[in-house]
Amino acid sequence: MVTLTPSVRPLPATRRRSRRMRQLATAAPFVLPGLILVLVFVVWPLIRGIQMSLYDWNLPAPSRSEFIGLDNFVRAFTQDPTFWVAVRNTFLYAIVTVPIQIVLGLGAAVLLNGRIRGRTIYRALFYLPVVTSWLIVSYVFAFLFSDGDGPVNYFFVNIVHILPEPVPWLHETWPAQVPIMVLGIWKGVGWNMVIFLAALQSIPHELNEAAVLDGANAWQRFTRVTLPLLKPTFQFVSVVLIVGAFNVFISVYLLTGGGPEKSTEVLLSYMYNQAFTNLDFGYGVTVGLILGATVMVFGFLQRRITRGAVD
Amino acid sequence: MVDMLVRTGAVVAPEQPARRRRRGFERATRGLVRWRIVQYVVLTLGAVVMVLPFAYMVGTALSPERWVMPYPPTIWPDNATLDNFVRAINEAGLARYALNSLIVAVVAVVLTLIVSSLSAFAFARLEFPLKEVIFGFYLVTMMIPDLIALLPKFQVLRDLGLTNSWWGLWAVYVSNAVAFNTFLLRGFFSRIPRELEDATRIDGGGTWTFFLRVLLPLSKPALATVAVFAFLGAWDDFWWARLLIQDPDLRTLPIGIQLFFNSHATQWTTVFAATTLAALPEIAIFVALQRYFVNGAFSAGVRG
Repeated sequence: MVTLTPSVRPLPATRRRSRRMRQLATAAPFVLPGLILVLVFVVWPLIRGIQMSLYDWNLPAPSRSEFIGLDNFVRAFTQDPTFWVAVRNTFLYAIVTVPIQIVLGLGAAVLLNGRIRGRTIYRALFYLPVVTSWLIVSYVFAFLFSDGDGPVNYFFVNIVHILPEPVPWLHETWPAQVPIMVLGIWKGVGWNMVIFLAALQSIPHELNEAAVLDGANAWQRFTRVTLPLLKPTFQFVSVVLIVGAFNVFISVYLLTGGGPEKSTEVLLSYMYNQAFTNLDFGYGVTVGLILGATVMVFGFLQRRITRGAVD
Repeated sequence: MVDMLVRTGAVVAPEQPARRRRRGFERATRGLVRWRIVQYVVLTLGAVVMVLPFAYMVGTALSPERWVMPYPPTIWPDNATLDNFVRAINEAGLARYALNSLIVAVVAVVLTLIVSSLSAFAFARLEFPLKEVIFGFYLVTMMIPDLIALLPKFQVLRDLGLTNSWWGLWAVYVSNAVAFNTFLLRGFFSRIPRELEDATRIDGGGTWTFFLRVLLPLSKPALATVAVFAFLGAWDDFWWARLLIQDPDLRTLPIGIQLFFNSHATQWTTVFAATTLAALPEIAIFVALQRYFVNGAFSAGVRG
């Protein structure tokens, strides 16, 4: 029996320390610029936000803010019906826009996958709304959904005769959900398409050919071969889309401003309006924190569930 | 969409008798042709829906000044004119705002590239204490949407005297991008072969030589992806520019457009001339650099 003695003995403590110092000296100029920026402008605002949420915050003179403990949170959860309207609208937006975007994006990707003329052009046209800024497309949708003789009203009233009369899309609670959600879907489909197309093209041909030999028809191949292989893509896409849906803001702000009577507020527009219209800065901060916590909890849950499913 | 896939499935298993197989083959071909037609029709319809809003925007921007919502709504005006573009540039001060946006975006790109590539290099190729902890921490911060901290971040920027200055914008843009770009570029940087690093050392070069002379030139595609998204992020930004910038001389394009819209409510012709001009660089960059968008599509989603 041969016993192997470790040939590398641990370095003496002083030499180990000097090596670590050298490592630090080499790495510091690379790591520190980014790390300092993240600490000052990402982490510190979160800590500051937790502090601010405990005050009746005075923006012009922060030192004169009044400490009110958890009153802002109590107010949000128990005394403020509009907060719950914003929660409802935000969740509704996520529930409607996320699955529709996924289905349409996957559908477009399936249609584009395979031999097809002009694929680059189709892909570019579908992606156009994704690269255009929210500000621009929000104004365009405000125009399309104008009251009275706006293009959307004209189409549904005078051409396809689905609506008996023009709808004041941007000025009533429930109709206003339509332009907001349609805009979100329209702007998001192209992104979904590109992600799913990339995933579809990474599926080896042999798998589909083998399934054909086994007598599987197109539908069976799609549901039994393709869809299971797309599972990681579905998970990635749904996390990104749900977080994105919770961030819906500029379209609501520009299309309805949260009105009429705050009935179309989502959490971020409500946060903003509390701070800059109501000048209730601390309460606005609190609404933002509650949304942030929701997104974080959701993200961790999703990761937990995903990991469980993979095991 | 899914329903159409069902109807196309007419491929027949090979072990069937010859006649049935031939019938099956004809059916399959017919199915394929029908599938092809459906494919093009649906895709074209989809593309029309994607483009129509833009067509309305450009058509309205080209309409004569005394404009009312046409009935029935037409896309292309009878007597198209470029007057609105001239008006948007002169009256709305668009040229100045566009120049400001360009400067802000270009500097944001440069700063983002510097900070992100340095950071990613450290996590890809260097050893240092707490490396894994910091990286894990970056992954967590990636999940926190930027806008939920809009208000406290505004307070912090006020504390630091960064309001009403482009430095405040750059601080926000670059710091928001660090974690994700570190993650994105780290993957690319760590795939560059070890041998190249060893060769640099044998030639007497140190860490910086390797980083600047070898690794960065080899990483152009990844850096281009980062640059494209940094540019569009800064060019598009509405909230930070709106909150931080009060000085009219420092305003960026989105703020200029919003102010113009608010003061000339629903004067759609000029508003859309302005938005058309603002959208042009976005679309031009997209058309010119399409392949980086496919790489970067993943990052676009993460940034919302």
